[in-house]
Amino acid sequence: MKKLTKSGKISIIAVIVLLVSLWLFPMWQIDLRAPQYPGGLSMKIWINDVKGDVDIINGLNHYIGMSTIHKRDFPEFVFLPTTLLIFMMLGMVVLFLNKKVGYYLWAGAFTFIAIFSFYDFYKWEYNYGHNLDPAAPIKVPGMSYQPPLFGYKKLLNFEVLSQPDIAGWCYICAGVILVAATIYEWKKSVTP
Amino acid sequence: MKRALITLCAVAAVASLQSCKMKTADSVVSGDAASRVYVAPGKYDEFYNFVSGGFSGNVTVYGLPSGRLIKTIPVFSVFPENGYGYSEETKAMLNTTNGKVDWDDQHHLELSQTNGKQDGRWLFANANNTPRVARIDLTNFRTQEILQIPNSAGNHSSPFTTENTEYVVAGTRFSVPLGDADVPISSFKKNFKSTASFISVDKNSGHMKIAFQIVLPGMNLDLSHAGKGPSHDWFFFSCYNTEQAYTMLEVNASQKDKDFIVAVNWKKAEEYAKSGKGHIVPASYAHNTFDENTQKASTVMEKDVLTLDPKDCPDMIYMIPCPKSPHGADVDPTGEYIVGSGKLAALIPVFSFDKIQTAIKNKSFEGDFYGIPVIKYEAALHGEVKKPGLGPLHTEFDGKGNAYTSMFLSSEVVKWRLSDLQVLDRAPTYYSVGHIMIPGGDTREPSGKYLVAYDKITKDRYLPTGPELCQSAQLYDITGDKMQLLLDFPTTGEPHYGQGLPASMIKDKQVKYFDINKNHNEFVSMGEKKTKVVRTGNRVDVYMTAIRSHLTPDNIEGVFVGDEVYFHVTNLEQDWDIPHGFAIKNSPSVDLLIMPGETQSIKFSPVKQGIYPFYCTDFCSALHQEMSGYLRVSPKGANVPLKFGSGVIAPETAAK
Repeated sequence: MKKLTKSGKISIIAVIVLLVSLWLFPMWQIDLRAPQYPGGLSMKIWINDVKGDVDIINGLNHYIGMSTIHKRDFPEFVFLPTTLLIFMMLGMVVLFLNKKVGYYLWAGAFTFIAIFSFYDFYKWEYNYGHNLDPAAPIKVPGMSYQPPLFGYKKLLNFEVLSQPDIAGWCYICAGVILVAATIYEWKKSVTP
Repeated sequence: MKRALITLCAVAAVASLQSCKMKTADSVVSGDAASRVYVAPGKYDEFYNFVSGGFSGNVTVYGLPSGRLIKTIPVFSVFPENGYGYSEETKAMLNTTNGKVDWDDQHHLELSQTNGKQDGRWLFANANNTPRVARIDLTNFRTQEILQIPNSAGNHSSPFTTENTEYVVAGTRFSVPLGDADVPISSFKKNFKSTASFISVDKNSGHMKIAFQIVLPGMNLDLSHAGKGPSHDWFFFSCYNTEQAYTMLEVNASQKDKDFIVAVNWKKAEEYAKSGKGHIVPASYAHNTFDENTQKASTVMEKDVLTLDPKDCPDMIYMIPCPKSPHGADVDPTGEYIVGSGKLAALIPVFSFDKIQTAIKNKSFEGDFYGIPVIKYEAALHGEVKKPGLGPLHTEFDGKGNAYTSMFLSSEVVKWRLSDLQVLDRAPTYYSVGHIMIPGGDTREPSGKYLVAYDKITKDRYLPTGPELCQSAQLYDITGDKMQLLLDFPTTGEPHYGQGLPASMIKDKQVKYFDINKNHNEFVSMGEKKTKVVRTGNRVDVYMTAIRSHLTPDNIEGVFVGDEVYFHVTNLEQDWDIPHGFAIKNSPSVDLLIMPGETQSIKFSPVKQGIYPFYCTDFCSALHQEMSGYLRVSPKGANVPLKFGSGVIAPETAAK
């Protein structure tokens, strides 16, 4: 079994450090802008909470029959931090075992978590945007209110911009490092 | 030929008549004035201009240079627009020893200062008619405190402050006997007094208290200003009617060639007050404060006041002769010059603080007035501005060594230099200017950019509106050698004086909404689930909430004719600029305007049975029209149980 290169080991520490940022900064932000909110409204999604102008957004959502957003409704806020903590601990194990195979598995796990959490985020947005109260005061035929997963979208009078926040960028960075390091380790092992 | 010549001459005569038509107010604005006062959509004005509301009893706020009205702050008058003086929370703000006084005549304003500079904390306002002084908080633009002034009538030389807002003053315009004495009017000289009250202001809370009241001979104190820098310890009041007339003042109070500027060493007065030279005399006056926590105004009736008699307090007061019926007593930014403005005089006397001090040291007195030393006019004089115009009233400063004096009779503002007293420029006003204002123009640091003239008469300035015309303010650019008129803008009430400060000083300190978690109003409903209707005898308390776009409860039954119904409405919103209104059909008083996070209460006593709709009066959202409900009022003694709710009507749940 082949051992990790020095760069490989450093990459493990770097990924763990980058992931710590998830507990320090928000990972995603959804900004809304409309004429009556010149300062804009902002929703900040953390690994274990949703903050920002959530109350105001909830107040607006009732016109179109969207359900209100509450921290308690998200099992994700428990299992996502748990999963990532386990992932970070596994990183320490990989570092300790010092085997390339371990690294490949670890990187694979990350890819799975990343894809799954994006899928989960999309599903969450879909549900909020589509499951509307049939008794809502305002109904626009054919209209749903799913915010963009990434990027810009116009929803009625609101312009919505969805993008990673500080911890989100760190998370993406961690992914890039993992992929790059995997390729590097692989190349090192086939070309001695 | 001869006939042609005559015709030609006639044409020439008519033409020349046309050309010597008298000047009008047309085309007085030169250059590109419009672009200098234009504030583009989406941009803010550079200055807040607080303007006294005169007989409207409130304070209005304009943006400069646009002249746009941006706020009316109710102070001494009830204000239907937001329920001030009508709601159970604010009624007590207008309490006096004569009961609730719902109106006043608001003359002057003063911004709080620290080290002689504006500090953007409070705005003080005086009430002339029922003597009172108010403090307005500049984070929420609301009246927080009103203090009644005893032993005073016509609280005119008020509410000017010392350099660190140690004191706000209140001087009597109409001399009256102390207390409520019943004496013949003809005993004026013996029984009538004027008082100068010094109100101390707590550095942190702003709370006001009458620290001492100086009892002066009967005369009319008119205006005042505090010293600055070297003259920090002094306060200067102008006065007229030293003739002590009590009838036909127009003639009888205009006899003397000179009246006085009363120079008060307030530091000395403070020492005398602390060392027990004063007398605590009975006096009853109301002190009203608004408590931010409970969101409720309350009144304390004060029982006495400390008075100082100049006889017991040597070196505390001096009189400086000032021609003739002085109005303004204005101190320049260096604190060295005191400008008196004799409104009937044909010159402007400028006094020197240094010379006053020397005169006091050398006892250069020309006699005394009821035992108060009168300094020789020449000994105190820096010089006179000759032929400045007619009717000098009030002077402000630009911080560049220049003074600007309003001329009531000749309707103009005159710019002159403090050092050599030369007139530099004059600009007409339309018409009959009273006070003028330069932002910071009565502090150590005037901005020196704009001057606003507050005019009394507005014929021909705006579209006519029947016999009653609005008042007018005019904005001048004073950055150059010549003053330039930029703008007319209409004002309400009769503005007397104004104050201005850079918008940047307070713009970002504005309260956007009240934190509902800090709402300790005794009738708050913390959430819709806490709403209820409680009957106690014939009193019914409705604990109601408002949020876009419904009121809870919105159906109430079991209320009877003759009940006293109190609606306590809590606005649950936590967002800027989302107030809700509350009005009920046939309410004899007014509606409420409740800010986010706030609770307000209104009393309603139905006199007839029937269904009374109630609704939100402030267009709050797309479903504002739907934000309404019904109160059922049944005949007295009817068998209708108490029921209330929104969606589901609960029977009798809260009946006591």
